[in-house]
Amino acid sequence: MNYDLPAEHQALRETVRDLAENVIGPVAEELDRTSTFPLAIVGQLGAMGLMGVPFPAELGGGGADILSYAIAVEELARIDSSVAITVAAHTSLGTSPIVLFGSAEQKERYLPELCSGRRLAAFGLTEPGSGSDAAAIRTRAAEQPDGAWVIDGEKMFITNAGTAISGLVTITALTAEGETSNLIVENGTAGYEPGPPLHKMGWHASDTRPLAFQSCRVPAGNLLGPRGNGFRQFLEILDGGRISVAAIGLGLAQGAFEQALAYAQQRNAFGRPIAKLQAIQFKLADMETEIAAARHLLYHAAWLKDRGRPFAHAASLAKLYTAELSHRVVNEAVQIHGGYGYMDEFPISRFYRDQKILEIGEGTNEVQRLVIARGLGV
Amino acid sequence: MKIAVCVKEVPDPTAEKRIDPDTKRLVRSGENTLNRYDRHAIEEAVRLREGAAPGAEIAVVLVAPASASRTVDKALAQGGDRSVHLADDGLSGSDIVATSRALAAVLARDSYDLIVFGQQGSDAECYVMASAVAERLARPCVTQVAALALDGSSLKVKRQVETGYETLEVSLPAVISVSDAINEPRYPSLPAIMGAKRKPHEVLSLADVGLAAGDVGVDGSRTHVSALSKPPTRGDSVKLEDDGTAAEKILAFLVERKVVA
Repeated sequence: MNYDLPAEHQALRETVRDLAENVIGPVAEELDRTSTFPLAIVGQLGAMGLMGVPFPAELGGGGADILSYAIAVEELARIDSSVAITVAAHTSLGTSPIVLFGSAEQKERYLPELCSGRRLAAFGLTEPGSGSDAAAIRTRAAEQPDGAWVIDGEKMFITNAGTAISGLVTITALTAEGETSNLIVENGTAGYEPGPPLHKMGWHASDTRPLAFQSCRVPAGNLLGPRGNGFRQFLEILDGGRISVAAIGLGLAQGAFEQALAYAQQRNAFGRPIAKLQAIQFKLADMETEIAAARHLLYHAAWLKDRGRPFAHAASLAKLYTAELSHRVVNEAVQIHGGYGYMDEFPISRFYRDQKILEIGEGTNEVQRLVIARGLGV
Repeated sequence: MKIAVCVKEVPDPTAEKRIDPDTKRLVRSGENTLNRYDRHAIEEAVRLREGAAPGAEIAVVLVAPASASRTVDKALAQGGDRSVHLADDGLSGSDIVATSRALAAVLARDSYDLIVFGQQGSDAECYVMASAVAERLARPCVTQVAALALDGSSLKVKRQVETGYETLEVSLPAVISVSDAINEPRYPSLPAIMGAKRKPHEVLSLADVGLAAGDVGVDGSRTHVSALSKPPTRGDSVKLEDDGTAAEKILAFLVERKVVA
């Protein structure tokens, strides 16, 4: 057993932390306030190989492992969750379906642009009337005599589908009664329209939209993997996605904890820094303890995946735990900031707003518990 | 074209500097890292390779303890092709005279067209290593280079001086130190970070470069530190409680000292 992070991973953490603190941090508040998608930052991350961390370097990716990916996302979320989810959704949900299930032609056509971050990819599973209950999807793709597909339906809460550099969305659709398949739809295809950006509680600088498909025709070659594999494919995609969402929870909690610690040392009450008050010390001690536990859970899930072992259960544990721990940490971090924590003057209020979705997105806490219980065989 | 970039491992600049009272040396046992000024030197070498000197080989050269592998990897991730690392316990306690002798001995083993330094070390802040090494190698030297252009077998440089800029031409092989205004170092890419360890690393001992123990370290040094003390704390500060007139008092204070008119 070896708890030492390899030197390469430490160097990666240092580099992403430097970038997050010095390039992203100074503009995070403005991007949030103005709901501006961070195009320049995505460009810089792409040039560094960070828009495709676990994908081959020959394709423009980072050529690194899942642990590296988790660390990169964690360090981004420590400063700005909007940037972190943009990277995570693009990598785990947008690009990985094509890496995992794409044909040679699809990989050749899409991966160089996606792995390098010159184009963004999205994944469209959720619909206005179906979230975790994915069997209830209504979007249909009808096969035409020439093999093409005509898609009709709506998707909801989709990340990265409508930016200036969005290239494609992979959607799950009914291709027959009781049969789901995944299909690639390129931006600009007639009949495919990303709707206006949704107004959200947090993640203001990330791109979230409804998508509409009306008689949207895509060629036969846009079917992802064998027909009828939609359900199996998205379950595998979501398993991998849990690692990156857990990394956002961990990074957000780490960032909130550090802000609370710093504030507690500078803010005086009753003649001394509030960090000298036991009520505050206990909060800080609880935060550090839980964050350390979460980091072990997450890195273990990443470690299993990197070794090709079953990791889905471990990823669910990490996702559930980081979602709930980040809630507790950010809540207490605002509490330690007192009235200033409620003001936008300090980043902690942004962290508070950015946290809630981690308990909902990519499987709610409740669904996560269902998945974990299923793993127990009960 | 062969370029050597000389880099230094320094104590983490965000940590407080401490002096060992017995050895009177900077304590280097904490977190160490790549001297930030050297990132500008590596970046400039990489820009030469990307531009006027395609195919140029960039060697990262350093004199540092054997434990400096993270610093070496950082310099290679930034764009170096290989590292040449003189690591020998006998080097401990070397001053500028001894360190420049060691660096010159390492550099003399290869025929570098250009040797690049950062402007200063963030620990000792001496600014003179480039000049000292150039003197030992009998090469022309330009310090505080703020812009450069390769022109055949010479380098046209803009040198930052107190009164403005000097424009000079220097024939290669030469030694330069670059100012931290010369460029904005890029962040290393993920493949570069992951690949740093796989690049060739050459680790040398004093014997490998033809030096004896007495040439370097305390014995090879010409300066001997007799005492060190922290700068005195300033006692002339004035603390104001704002009773509504603080701004006027600050203005009066600045006018009195002729900081503002």
